[in-house]
Amino acid sequence: MTTDATNATAPVPTQPALSEENAQVIALTRKDFVSDQEVRWCPGCGDYSILAQTQKVMPDFGYKREDIVFISGIGCSGRLPYYMNTFGFHTIHGRAPTLATGLKAARPDLMVWVITGDGDALSIGGNHVIHSMRRNVDINMVMFNNRIYGLTKGQASPTSEFGKKTKSTPVGSIDTPIIPLTIALAAEASFVARSVDTHTEHLQQTLERGGRHKGSSFIEVLQNCNIFNDGAWRDFTDREVREDRMLVLEHGKPMIFGKDRDKGIRLNGLTPEVVTIGENGVTEADLLVHDEAAEDPYLALVLSRMFWPDFPVPVGVLRAITRPTHDRLLEDQVSAAIARSGPGDLERVLAGGETWTVE
Amino acid sequence: MTITKEPELPSQELERVTIRFAGDSGDGMQLTGTQFTRTAAVFGNDISTLPDFPAEIRAPAGSLPGVSGFQISFSSTEIHTPGDAPDVLVAMNPAALKTNIGDLPAGGALIVNSDAFTQANLNKAAYAANPLTDGSLKAYTTFEIPISSLNERSLEGLDMTTKQKDLTKNFFALGIMFWLYERSMDPTLGWIDSKFSARPVVAEANKRALRAGYAFGETTEMFHTHYRVRPAKLAPGTYRNITGNEATALGFLTASKLADRQLFYGSYPITPASDILHQLSGYKTFGVKTFQAEDEIAAIGAAIGASYGGALGLTASSGPGIALKTEAMGLAVMVELPLVVIDVQRAGPSTGMPTKNEQADLLQVMFGRNSDSPIPIVAPATPGECFDLAIEAARIALKYMTPVVYLSDAFLATGSEPWPIPDVASLPTIAVPNAAADGGIFQPYLRDPQTLARPWAVPGTAGLEHRIGGLEKADGSGNVSYDPDNHHKMQMLRQQKVAGIAGDIAPLEVMGPERGELLMLGWGSTYGAIRSAAERLQAEGRSVAHAHLRHLNPFPTNTESVLRNYRRVLIPEVNLGQLLLLVRARYLIDAVGYDRVRGKPFRIAEIVEEAERVLAENEST
Repeated sequence: MTTDATNATAPVPTQPALSEENAQVIALTRKDFVSDQEVRWCPGCGDYSILAQTQKVMPDFGYKREDIVFISGIGCSGRLPYYMNTFGFHTIHGRAPTLATGLKAARPDLMVWVITGDGDALSIGGNHVIHSMRRNVDINMVMFNNRIYGLTKGQASPTSEFGKKTKSTPVGSIDTPIIPLTIALAAEASFVARSVDTHTEHLQQTLERGGRHKGSSFIEVLQNCNIFNDGAWRDFTDREVREDRMLVLEHGKPMIFGKDRDKGIRLNGLTPEVVTIGENGVTEADLLVHDEAAEDPYLALVLSRMFWPDFPVPVGVLRAITRPTHDRLLEDQVSAAIARSGPGDLERVLAGGETWTVE
Repeated sequence: MTITKEPELPSQELERVTIRFAGDSGDGMQLTGTQFTRTAAVFGNDISTLPDFPAEIRAPAGSLPGVSGFQISFSSTEIHTPGDAPDVLVAMNPAALKTNIGDLPAGGALIVNSDAFTQANLNKAAYAANPLTDGSLKAYTTFEIPISSLNERSLEGLDMTTKQKDLTKNFFALGIMFWLYERSMDPTLGWIDSKFSARPVVAEANKRALRAGYAFGETTEMFHTHYRVRPAKLAPGTYRNITGNEATALGFLTASKLADRQLFYGSYPITPASDILHQLSGYKTFGVKTFQAEDEIAAIGAAIGASYGGALGLTASSGPGIALKTEAMGLAVMVELPLVVIDVQRAGPSTGMPTKNEQADLLQVMFGRNSDSPIPIVAPATPGECFDLAIEAARIALKYMTPVVYLSDAFLATGSEPWPIPDVASLPTIAVPNAAADGGIFQPYLRDPQTLARPWAVPGTAGLEHRIGGLEKADGSGNVSYDPDNHHKMQMLRQQKVAGIAGDIAPLEVMGPERGELLMLGWGSTYGAIRSAAERLQAEGRSVAHAHLRHLNPFPTNTESVLRNYRRVLIPEVNLGQLLLLVRARYLIDAVGYDRVRGKPFRIAEIVEEAERVLAENEST
């Protein structure tokens, strides 16, 4: 684990090359990405903000509208593609990553977003999340986490708290919740981040970073379902408390939080602990320094498991590393084969090995 | 054994011979059979093969479940099946003898590796007494040959362990068969050289084993004659030997070229479909992209994603995997994207008998989805025809913007026949309904009035940005719609689109009299057995015809009129009457079924017998 602040330099985001033809798209604005469809989420839903921030950052990537595809699964999040004036595909429950994988393999030129939720991504689609991440499919997966099944009206989700009372768990959930970021890291995701629906600026930055990342981006957005699980994240995301209860990660910077910027995270053996700068001889130099580019995932794994009330909740980019993408590797195999043996000769392949002729 | 040169043995002319090689699954029986097949094919015989192997990779050596068999029928006339019963059985151990002897007719030739008939092996095969000595094989012409020890002696001096040497004994047996049927060893010798080029000792051992077996046949006094099966008079052309899975892979590769679309293949390993993945993964120089997915659902999801991106998306599985793909097939119906789902059927239900044959997924692919969810279905009849039907499946998928199911089965997949290599230039190209922007609001569900296909609006095309998905679509605009009348209309349109394909496919052809007493109607791999049965009955002057469906949804338009031209319709199937159900329901024709589900293809004789029974009923009423 690299924690040396002097070594850690902010990684350069990968910017897609802008051809002259593409330069015109810079002129696109948020409005260009708003479709003609009426948005039909419940009033007050956190999804509105995620949609708005997504539309806002879209012009920044330098892709033309027709080169961007939003793919979703089932759940409230699944409706987002209808509201984006790009190509969009609302698929089936949990399977959006599979369609995105095939699309990206066939069409590496496209920018592909996967919109999913905690139930879609981590229950029915858990397998596909894991495998798309380990393959480093060049997709941007945005997972709306509201800790509840909203579209089916209020059952426990894989991220619901232990003991949570819902329609399907009237005396409390007996299932230990999944930590989405830990899953993404265990699946070797090359970009792992977290943001909050109401923290609009931070959300924009995070979407922007994820969108620019080459490879699998996994972005968990803590999102409020005001109908079935209102206030799920309120304890640490509300304006009055968030500075004391959240840790905004910045690459190369020591992990400091709190209204007075006097709290920090220190590693005690393998376990993180909250310390106060200036107390018991603790100085800034004792604190963990964030390194999102660390090749190994240990620091990110530690961060992924820190949560309120034991710890401030980390938001921002936990991990951003570079490794070859699935579509690139696939293309490379094709071009290497052609370079080695020339383009395929159909007649020769049809004839196979041994032939004989009947006069 | 002293070997002295005998005068030339007489050679007897035969029209057709069926040999079954049977041994332990570690004995290389599939390889032995394949080598004999290649040799017979290159020689110019018509051939048909039936590999029959256990699902276990290596069941305990010498055990009954571990027996692997390969049957080849080769002929100087046209044949359609691998033969009802072997003329010659080669049994490499007691277990192979026990599991196969029941199929050898009285008087048939039996060649056994007598070295393998040890007490231990007899116990494993549950033989109370040694069948070689207890008189139980009296009905057969038995040749007891100590293959293991003869072979080991021929390999003396080679730097190999006894166990390694023993692995080559199948080639000794093959050598004997080559001599017995006057076959050249050259193709196999050449194959050994290229296969084991990195291991010269192994190559030498296999070559010596083959030659020693051949020499044994030539010099032993055991055989009194050898046999000649002349080349068949096949239609002029250049031929190769091909299995159904090979032809399937080649067919879809060719289809992608004819449509000028990238081929994307998403698949999860499953017997007996995996070979298609293996083969297509070797076609990188054609730009083919293969994807071994995490599961069956991901495999079809990726294929749909690729099709959405403008590629020809393809996925394959067998029945259990098709069950998992079902929901995604429904999505493909709803979003109306081209997709081909290959189902290489096997015996079920559940895991069933993975390496054994059955054609019982017809109703699964026809109806096994939520709601009314019509999907066209095609089914090849022979290994070689897999090529043509693969192209046909792709043509329908691309022209009509629809998922298509391609029903193969274990028998077609692994069985082989001579295949006239097609002339690529003569194959028609496949037109694709590409959408183009016209400046207006793009309507992704505006249909071609003729085909009812919607346009293929591929990402990257400016002006065609649109959203699709599994929710019901408004006719034309494709927007999400809960309008009751719209849903009814869209259900009808999806149904009509598929039904309309009937006018764009080949009519049902009849082999035999245009009208008469009995029509035998089949589909899929039963073709050979039904055709042979029909030929046999026709030769006896019976009023019998055969018709074989390649399109199971929709049926060709002339199906009903063909069926009504006969007093009775008999539908033999390797299931419990699935096509029968469709035909009776659709046409209200009182067809009768003949169903045998033993994990094996039909025998010609049993179909003849059943046809005779139905004909006798006709006569008595």
